[in-house]
Amino acid sequence: MELTRPFNVFFGSVGRKVLPLFREINQMSRLINDIFYWTVVSPLTGKRIRWKAAISEAVKAGYNSIPIVAVISLFVGIIMALQSAYQLKKVGAMIYVANLVGVSITRELGPILTAIIVSGRSGSAYAAEIGSMKVAEEIDALKTMGINPIRFLVVPKLIALVVMLPALTIIADFIGILGGFLLSITILELHPINYIQQTENALMIKDVITGLVKAGAFAVVITAVGAFEGFKVEGGAEEVGRRTTASVVLSIFLVIAFDCFFTALFYFFT
Amino acid sequence: MENAIEVRNLRTHYGNIEILKGISLNVPKGLITAILGGSGCGKSTLLKHLIGLLKPTEGNIIINGRDIAGMNERDMDEVRKKIGVLFQGAALLNSMTVGDNVALPLREHTRLEGSTIQIMVRMKLDLVGLSGFDKFYPSQLSGGMKKRAGLARALAMDPEILFFDEPSAGLDPITAAGIDELILRLKDIFRITIIVVTHELASLFRIADHVIMLDRGEKVFEGELDELRASDNPRIRCFLERQAEEREYTPEDYFRIIAGD
Repeated sequence: MELTRPFNVFFGSVGRKVLPLFREINQMSRLINDIFYWTVVSPLTGKRIRWKAAISEAVKAGYNSIPIVAVISLFVGIIMALQSAYQLKKVGAMIYVANLVGVSITRELGPILTAIIVSGRSGSAYAAEIGSMKVAEEIDALKTMGINPIRFLVVPKLIALVVMLPALTIIADFIGILGGFLLSITILELHPINYIQQTENALMIKDVITGLVKAGAFAVVITAVGAFEGFKVEGGAEEVGRRTTASVVLSIFLVIAFDCFFTALFYFFT
Repeated sequence: MENAIEVRNLRTHYGNIEILKGISLNVPKGLITAILGGSGCGKSTLLKHLIGLLKPTEGNIIINGRDIAGMNERDMDEVRKKIGVLFQGAALLNSMTVGDNVALPLREHTRLEGSTIQIMVRMKLDLVGLSGFDKFYPSQLSGGMKKRAGLARALAMDPEILFFDEPSAGLDPITAAGIDELILRLKDIFRITIIVVTHELASLFRIADHVIMLDRGEKVFEGELDELRASDNPRIRCFLERQAEEREYTPEDYFRIIAGD
């Protein structure tokens, strides 16, 4: 009896930490399953998709984020050019600033910065919207009207983000490269034509495409996390705030984790 | 008399706590049934079971001859098209106008023309006394108007059964009386079966035909208003005469409570 006590305490405390995690993973996968059912399968059986709502979500999440995405990617392009130049000037290979800026923005920084901005703007808004609807019994009301809340609320958001996140990423790519270009032709005194040619040579279509594939995956992550945290709200307004914060933290974490996975995948298989 | 809803031996748990302890009851068709009880007696939980938001651990809930207790969501959605629910806070979707809220079930479940839906929305809003408010947002309405708008939405699909969760909660006596009159009118005009969850005595005596009283997860009374008035059950008397519940402790019990053992 006394001998087994430390083991019981140890396994008990591990279980108490791990089991809720499993439960969350289970709930999350069920939600993702539902989201895909209502996005892909149910339209085939004649249930309508709310395209108007999807467009209005696309305006909110996509169009309205253009200024902030543009400004941040411009700065990041400038920073990338400066940091590359700092190293490259030691070996007299300043023209390779163009390669570094072009490749790192399209493959990596464009998609991930856009995803992080959109998690902060829209992922949190999704959690707050669904959470406060749950508090006000609006979700229950939808259910009693025979309207599935996932089809009604989440599917338009998913469609909007899956279209808009890659679109924003293209803008971020373009403006990020523009930022590097502007800095290089002024402060670094590179010739504009050379810079453009160098970028053209360095960039391959697959760099841009891998970036866009990532952006699509991030869109699913951000929508699923926002919805997941929103639907978990049980109490009152205070919990809406807590879940909103949690959704931003979790979606940024998962975006970076997925990015790591995809980057490794593309490194070995492209 | 024919029953719209029959509940048989309904048991439900939150975690390990038993909330409803084997309740059986009947809701007669075309009448107003009031579900009565103090806070925490399980009446809201019972309501959530009746509208299919919660699934019981055990027992049957038969609505129009179909058991919803073990029903899947797709069949449940068909049942739900024939019921309407007015939630305590009206639960209008705040991102839509009142008109769009009322139109929502019609747009989702029917393939009617937009202009037909417009006319139906105006009819339902007129029925609850909110003509001309279809362009307003829920945040621009008062509490009583929100409830009327929520009722218009609940009526949109011409339900056979209508549920009210605390219809007079948070309203002044005049507005609350207005809602009561509206409920009576719905019964008289459309012969809808109405279930009202309430603890308001004034409203109860005004509208109820059939009364079910719950206490601590058990049914303590089912019958007509007169039988309720004549009942000598001490819990019912306390409730009807608005007396505080007396806590009867022996000194030993009290000692156990404060000693925490």
